[in-house]
Amino acid sequence: MSEHAKKAANFIADEPRTDWHDESLWFVRTKRDRAAASVPEWEQLRQLASDIKDNVLSNLDSYLEQFEAQARANGVQVHWAKDAHAHNEIVYTILERHQAQRMVKSKSMLTEECHLNPYLEERGITVIDTDLGERIIQLLEEPPSHIVMPAIHLKREEVGELFEEKLATEKGNNDPQYLTEAARQHLRSEFMQADAALTGVNFAIAETGGVVVCTNEGNADMGVHLAPVQIHSMGIEKIIPRAEHLGVFTRLLGRSATGQPITIFTAHHQRPRPGTEMHIILVDNGRSEHLGKKDFRNSLKCIRCGACMNTCPIYRRSGGHSYDNTVPGPIGSILSPNTDLEAHSDLPFASTLCGSCSDVCPVKIDIHEQLYKWRQKIVEVQGLPAAKQRALKMTGKILAKPKVYQNAGFLARNFLKVAPRFMVYNGLNEWGKSRELPEVPKQSFRKWYRRNRRS
Amino acid sequence: MREEILQRIRQNKPQLRPLPKIPDFAPLREDLVAHFKEVAQGAAIEVLEEEEGITTVVAQQYPEAKQIVAPAYPELQTVAITQESPLEVLQNIDLLVLEAEWGVAENAALWLSEVRMLRRVLPFITQHLILVLPQVQLLANMHQAYARINLTEQGFGLFVAGPSKTADIEQSLVIGAQGARSLTVVLT
Repeated sequence: MSEHAKKAANFIADEPRTDWHDESLWFVRTKRDRAAASVPEWEQLRQLASDIKDNVLSNLDSYLEQFEAQARANGVQVHWAKDAHAHNEIVYTILERHQAQRMVKSKSMLTEECHLNPYLEERGITVIDTDLGERIIQLLEEPPSHIVMPAIHLKREEVGELFEEKLATEKGNNDPQYLTEAARQHLRSEFMQADAALTGVNFAIAETGGVVVCTNEGNADMGVHLAPVQIHSMGIEKIIPRAEHLGVFTRLLGRSATGQPITIFTAHHQRPRPGTEMHIILVDNGRSEHLGKKDFRNSLKCIRCGACMNTCPIYRRSGGHSYDNTVPGPIGSILSPNTDLEAHSDLPFASTLCGSCSDVCPVKIDIHEQLYKWRQKIVEVQGLPAAKQRALKMTGKILAKPKVYQNAGFLARNFLKVAPRFMVYNGLNEWGKSRELPEVPKQSFRKWYRRNRRS
Repeated sequence: MREEILQRIRQNKPQLRPLPKIPDFAPLREDLVAHFKEVAQGAAIEVLEEEEGITTVVAQQYPEAKQIVAPAYPELQTVAITQESPLEVLQNIDLLVLEAEWGVAENAALWLSEVRMLRRVLPFITQHLILVLPQVQLLANMHQAYARINLTEQGFGLFVAGPSKTADIEQSLVIGAQGARSLTVVLT
């Protein structure tokens, strides 16, 4: 069994909880649908976003150079990091120079990808994640299970218990309003004490050299506007050419992510505040390599809205942690094999290829097609598990000869009709472990066709 | 490191693809004020069309507010904020009244430029926020907004589309996460 399947099996062992998880995400998906339907030009916007990103990827070097020059002219310090380690080192060097002890951080999947927190903690820096969901999982010492809703897998009772232990809230009070208020007080005191603040980046504009950060809680801004040092970490693919393109992306992002017409705060950082420093770190970490893969480069268009997760029948029923990757779900399953094919080779198989992810993607990434292409690549490199290989070889032989196929069909129909359950669903039937065969038809299609259509 | 990254991009990037032209999208609704109000309601924004003036709004909506910052309304302001105001003052602000430059009907977002917000942190650190917007400054959509905003003019600019909120605990909506607990928009 693959790693994902094993972890998913653990997750679904608790059936009511699986249903609850499934419904929570489907609820977000339906909100997204309503928001998308309220904009008549929705499909046109998706196409525009996809086309803008195509242009970005085909001209990324010039845009990065333009962005760097503009940002420098604005008084921003720009750094380049080829990989996760280089990124973490740059952050640490900045903090060290300012003798920073405490850093507040808003949601950034890139810093998760780079494992920044443990790196800094080993060097004596205290990192406080300030998005409520991120703070919850940080206190629980867990990775996020969703890129937009990091604690979507947790129940209020679990958060209540955690806060009782860590933030001294009342025992047994699991009211989200009450718990959020407790987190607000706790985080406000952290913002006041922070020596530095780091955020992720939603969009970086080549034309202006500025970055845009979107949040609902306002935590990114509480951090960067209070601390003397402001750091923005971004993947190099976050570039957009001009400010006018924000019109397209801000209309798509919030609606796709949570069904909101826009995130509550859309902050445009152009220059450092007087007397403080602003840094932008441009991180490659495999992206420039990924750009060279024709079949897979489209996934670099991703704006991290999470819509593909909310709609995915596998993600909804297996939970984000089963993917064992910073970005889970369908998009995570096509991004992760780029960095480590070996470690993540099970993820492209964690899909029904239903295509719902591609349908909701605001930048029209061909997610399900890439999943299928990754499967082919992985089989080329690793081969198939022996059981699957045998089964497919056999199927190939049967399908190659119509007579054999007819006979096999006849035998299967009659066997399945009379065979006791243990003979069909047993250790040899991998496929049947979590699936039921459809009811056996009375006759073959061939027979039915002869009787009904041939006249 | 910089050259190494750029070099690899040059090697790997596909053939140049054209940048699309963004068409002029028609307003989703003709009546911008009505549209703005409807969307604002969904985002828990209180919208008032106040004839009597901002003082009345403050007295009625925020009778408890003591530390009030309102640079454009000297009669209301009880605390003056400068670049040097210490954290202790900032964190005790009950109410901030600012003038927004633009409002967007399709998503009830309001544009604040740095010059009008005094300190970048103010719209976040205040407990409550009132934004005043002349109706003539309402736009239909984000394309119109970005066509009018010049991002390079100032060091910081912000769209605010509601009070700070979160749904991170079991998808239950809670208003007042890290930033302002309420947002009132006064259309003039």
